Amino acid sequence: MEKLLFELTRLGIVPVRLTNENEVYLEVSPADFKPACLALHKLLRSTVMLMFAEDRRSSEGTFTIRAGFIGTKQRRWFFVEQKVPGPAFGSIAKEIYSANLFEREIKEMFGLEPEGNPDGRRLRLHDEVWSGGYPLRKDFESAVSGPIGNYPFMPVEGEGVFEVPVGPVHAGIIGPGHFRFSVAGEPIINLESRFGFTHRGVEKMLEGRDAASAAKLSECVAGDAAFSHSLAYCRGVERACGIAVPTRGDYLRGIFLELERLYNHVADVGTIALDVGFSFPAAEASVIKENLQALNAELTGSRFLKHINLPGGVSRDLDQASVKNLLAQTAAATRDFRRLREILYASVSFLDRVETTGALSKKLAEDLGVIGLAGRASGVKLDLREVFPGVYDGLKVVFREKGDVLARLEVRLDEFEESVRQIERLAARLPEGAIAGDEVTVGSGQALGWAESWRGPVLYWLRFTDGKLERAKIVDPSFHNWTGLSAAVLDNIVPDFPVCNKSFNLSYAGNDL
Amino acid sequence: MSVFDKVIAARLARGIVTRPIEYEKSGAELKDLVAAKFSRSFFIREVDTGSCGACESEIISATNPLYDLQRFGISFVASPRHADAMLVTGPVSKNMVLALKKTYDAMPEPKLVISAGDCALNGGVFKSSYYIAGGVNAILPVTLHIPGCPPTPLTLVKALLSLIKRRC
Repeated sequence: MEKLLFELTRLGIVPVRLTNENEVYLEVSPADFKPACLALHKLLRSTVMLMFAEDRRSSEGTFTIRAGFIGTKQRRWFFVEQKVPGPAFGSIAKEIYSANLFEREIKEMFGLEPEGNPDGRRLRLHDEVWSGGYPLRKDFESAVSGPIGNYPFMPVEGEGVFEVPVGPVHAGIIGPGHFRFSVAGEPIINLESRFGFTHRGVEKMLEGRDAASAAKLSECVAGDAAFSHSLAYCRGVERACGIAVPTRGDYLRGIFLELERLYNHVADVGTIALDVGFSFPAAEASVIKENLQALNAELTGSRFLKHINLPGGVSRDLDQASVKNLLAQTAAATRDFRRLREILYASVSFLDRVETTGALSKKLAEDLGVIGLAGRASGVKLDLREVFPGVYDGLKVVFREKGDVLARLEVRLDEFEESVRQIERLAARLPEGAIAGDEVTVGSGQALGWAESWRGPVLYWLRFTDGKLERAKIVDPSFHNWTGLSAAVLDNIVPDFPVCNKSFNLSYAGNDL
Repeated sequence: MSVFDKVIAARLARGIVTRPIEYEKSGAELKDLVAAKFSRSFFIREVDTGSCGACESEIISATNPLYDLQRFGISFVASPRHADAMLVTGPVSKNMVLALKKTYDAMPEPKLVISAGDCALNGGVFKSSYYIAGGVNAILPVTLHIPGCPPTPLTLVKALLSLIKRRC
């Protein structure tokens, strides 16, 4: 921390405020924004975890743009903040690639031009249907009329190069996205993905809502990570408004978060096998997943662990019988899961298909800002449960170095075991007491809320004014990691794309918001 | 014993795991109906027009060995050209309107549209958004809506079976 402060002082940047225990905000002039970001990026070895704009024209006369980094040693979040009167701001994407998508997002949602960003294309408001208008501006009412355009894909040219367009409607039962493969012979030489097909305008819809109804909506951002999203959201509310959560509530949240990880990891292990045509373990996995989701329903009334989180705690308690049931069933699931693991490792042809397939090197993962599960499979050892332990104790962060499909599979296999261990630990130490605060008053304030979902860090930056949400920035790890998939599939053959895709299993909805 | 033998032995020891469904009794009858009216197979093409992914997860679960939708002759197919029905989930995001119409056009006649999940009915929680074109029935003629957020595999199986019964 001292070295960091020294470096920032040397650059003429001094931390101006520390809020919510561990959020450091550096208010800088637009000219200092890039040097400050570069300094943090280098010193913290952190990717841009989130970057977003806020329309503060009515109160301060300008837009505010913040770039957030994580200090894993310092156990703090660092935000560089600049005021932008408009209509442009200096891009940092050429120096820090992980800012690229965020800058494009700011451009299409706020109409602020990232000067120097080489890619000016829209992400979610498709040129073919959206004629104009900046939805996240406070004075936005509806789309302005005007001519519609076309989306220019990056052309790949040369002898024998052809394009394979896939989607948005895919062959499987899966979300919509468009993938354009440029292929020369068998290997993929470029993959360009286009998303936004499930764009629902969640961030705009959250504005003006009260804390409780926004919690409900946060569960619909990414359905398979409903609990993580509502947890990150609720933590944001609690930190912004100084709401305390009873210890029992925190422990229960820990248990439910791991339950979400369990059913998703099992499902992915199965689908990875399925996508190389190995259907027997896939069927086994789907039975385990079903049992775990049935357990979720028994414990909480929801197969997807919805309607549990609320600002100030949780709404579902586990009595002794439930805890017993929980432990018995997770133990049974573990037994089944270990057998599934054995089946996979017993098949040489399966291992042959997943080993070295879709490899993403650590260097590339770091440069692209790949985080979460996919990051850990490439050796990027970031796990928010370790950085901000809370109820976790002695968490073993699972990681691999090779970054191939097998590595991502193995991270899941080991994380499953670790999650079960954590559930057992949390259940054994479950303290007595209330599960939620009695009187929860949501006033004004701003804060970042987070949760390490099974995919990776889910972040919610929130500003409340008099109990109403004024701005909510949501970042699902999918937003960071889709770029990683595009890099991982290069030099692989098109028929291996499904298994590469499944090994990342990123959310379309979480990315598109 | 090989690993596979062990697993199969364990499964056999546990017995049949398929969840009983109220329609189970009439399963044979339904199978006959599907056989007669849909040449032994009722094929569904699934389309996500903006769902959060929970509906997809439950639809996939409906095909797992516990619910085993396929045993009634109902299965999900990769192409709309093979499909008797389209199962649509999610509110219809403006970006998906064209793809949804094109998928429908690619299906051979006669064809049915089924919507699943609260969002698909009228936009659900996303109803008032600037980027939602509406529920599925704002774009295509919907024969059956399956409620739920998301509908459970059991609800899905029952609803699909009731549809086939009703139509035949």
